[in-house]
Amino acid sequence: MALFDKPAHVLHDMLVKKEISAQELTADVLGRLDAVEGDVQAYITTTREQAEEQAKAADEKIARGEKISFLTGIPGAIKDNICTKGVKTTCASKIIDNFVPPYDATVMTKLNVQTPVILGKTNLDEFAMGGSTENSAFHPTHNPWALDHVPGGSSGGSAAAVAAGSAIWALGSDTGGSIRQPASFCGVVGLKPTYGRVSRYGLVAYASSLDQIGPLTRDVTDAANILNIIAGRDEMDSTSSAAEVPDFTQALRADVKGMKIGLPKEYFTKGMDPEVEQAVKAAIKQLENLGAEVVEISLPHTEYAISTYYIIAPAEAATNLERYDGVSYGERIDGEDLVQMMTNTRTQLFGEEVKRRIMIGNYALSAGYYDAYYLKALKVRTLVQQDYLEAFKKVDVIMAPTAPTPAYKIGEMIDDPLQMYLQDVCTVPLNLAGLPGLSLPCSMSSKGMPIGLQIIGQPLDEATVLRAAYTYEQSQEYHKQMPQLGGKN
Amino acid sequence: MKVTKDDLANVAVLSRLEIPAAEQDTYIQQMDSILTYMDNLSNVDTADVKPTTYALPMQNVFREDVVKPSLARELALQNAPLKDDNYFKVPKVLED
Repeated sequence: MALFDKPAHVLHDMLVKKEISAQELTADVLGRLDAVEGDVQAYITTTREQAEEQAKAADEKIARGEKISFLTGIPGAIKDNICTKGVKTTCASKIIDNFVPPYDATVMTKLNVQTPVILGKTNLDEFAMGGSTENSAFHPTHNPWALDHVPGGSSGGSAAAVAAGSAIWALGSDTGGSIRQPASFCGVVGLKPTYGRVSRYGLVAYASSLDQIGPLTRDVTDAANILNIIAGRDEMDSTSSAAEVPDFTQALRADVKGMKIGLPKEYFTKGMDPEVEQAVKAAIKQLENLGAEVVEISLPHTEYAISTYYIIAPAEAATNLERYDGVSYGERIDGEDLVQMMTNTRTQLFGEEVKRRIMIGNYALSAGYYDAYYLKALKVRTLVQQDYLEAFKKVDVIMAPTAPTPAYKIGEMIDDPLQMYLQDVCTVPLNLAGLPGLSLPCSMSSKGMPIGLQIIGQPLDEATVLRAAYTYEQSQEYHKQMPQLGGKN
Repeated sequence: MKVTKDDLANVAVLSRLEIPAAEQDTYIQQMDSILTYMDNLSNVDTADVKPTTYALPMQNVFREDVVKPSLARELALQNAPLKDDNYFKVPKVLED
């Protein structure tokens, strides 16, 4: 019996009932990883020995009769921009390809209390900048549903690993859609919590006012359980929220009676794939049949969200990435003086997209352009947020596509950065407003590629998002599909 | 063109990046198309709108000023490309 294709909560129950051991489970997932990784290339670093030791320790815990936690002995993967003590953390960049963090990110400290099995660090667009994982300095990741297609990004490695069965669960980060969009492209569940819900301490910063860590999982139940583990105030991150963290598993009820779902007309844009529009509207109709009420709403500043995001995020990135100067960590390319050493290091070791965003960010922040671009974007950000707050006076959740199309082919858009940015139309507005959002599979395209439904919630109301997602999930089977890949299946 | 060669050179210095001569036209063209698209923001009336830097309401966060353990010096230095005893080492900044 294969184990790699099951969600964490099913495997947890099997471990509790002693039907399987953590070592059997880990061997099964590692076997799957060996069979598919050559095709999918989801990982930058695998930590096989550590994983086997963790599995052994989990089995010893079970043998001693100790109560085990949700993730005890369950193999997962971590996006390679989350600091893991003693395990290389590269951000898929040549500039820190040798960086071994001397400390754990807070999410890792919280996960490690559960004694999970960590299989390795997953691929991403360099410093999480991109939507296809093609911007990795090391190699692209391939979509498990069609290997010549992108997995989405920037958490493309995490999404592809969960979809392929080479991890049961994964962590990603989402600055403008980087959890939700790859989840949509790979047919898994991706949850971006409210800004501040999860500590960012130890997440390598891209755009600090937008970044948020969250889970990528097989189903909604796993997402709720992992959010329970990683959420909460952290004194190491002054932007983390002090709000009480509810037990998110309480939201796992198939019940949307009376729930008001907002349907924003601006998210169904002209360039949208008709199959995506049809699939998402059918999913919403399904929830209406289950007792929800659908209300048409308007979020009039949506058309300005891309511009706003692609000024604010690069401006913050330009500042955050100043630290890669060849002095305190990472690689160095020598130069005749200090400034030349820094310039050589950055010029030769940053990838093209990272350089482009640093340049745009510094342009928007520079004298003469600051008011026209950066300050203007901060003001429009206020309006984007107000649109949502206005809408949430009338509805409980908002539903829309996660991305305007299913996954596209590798290489199809890489030469046109603006075209690539425009793909983020459905995901970036949430980050600007700090809202929680979840993508879950709701259909397959005629070409066999997954399509995602995005559920958007009020600040700190992940619970209602999870309840809507769980209700939909229970009514269909899309989340149970696995891609056909080489090796055992 | 919104982005001139002088703009590009200025921003490159601010960014501590060098853009090789052969790549400058492509850079200017790509930045130009992105910044031209962003001009749609000028259609939005923001006269009475306050800027938002963080999405959630946030106030100053205070804590007691007490000594706590921090990263050991050798750990802080372990990833340095070049170090000398207890210091990060960089090319000479001041003349002899």
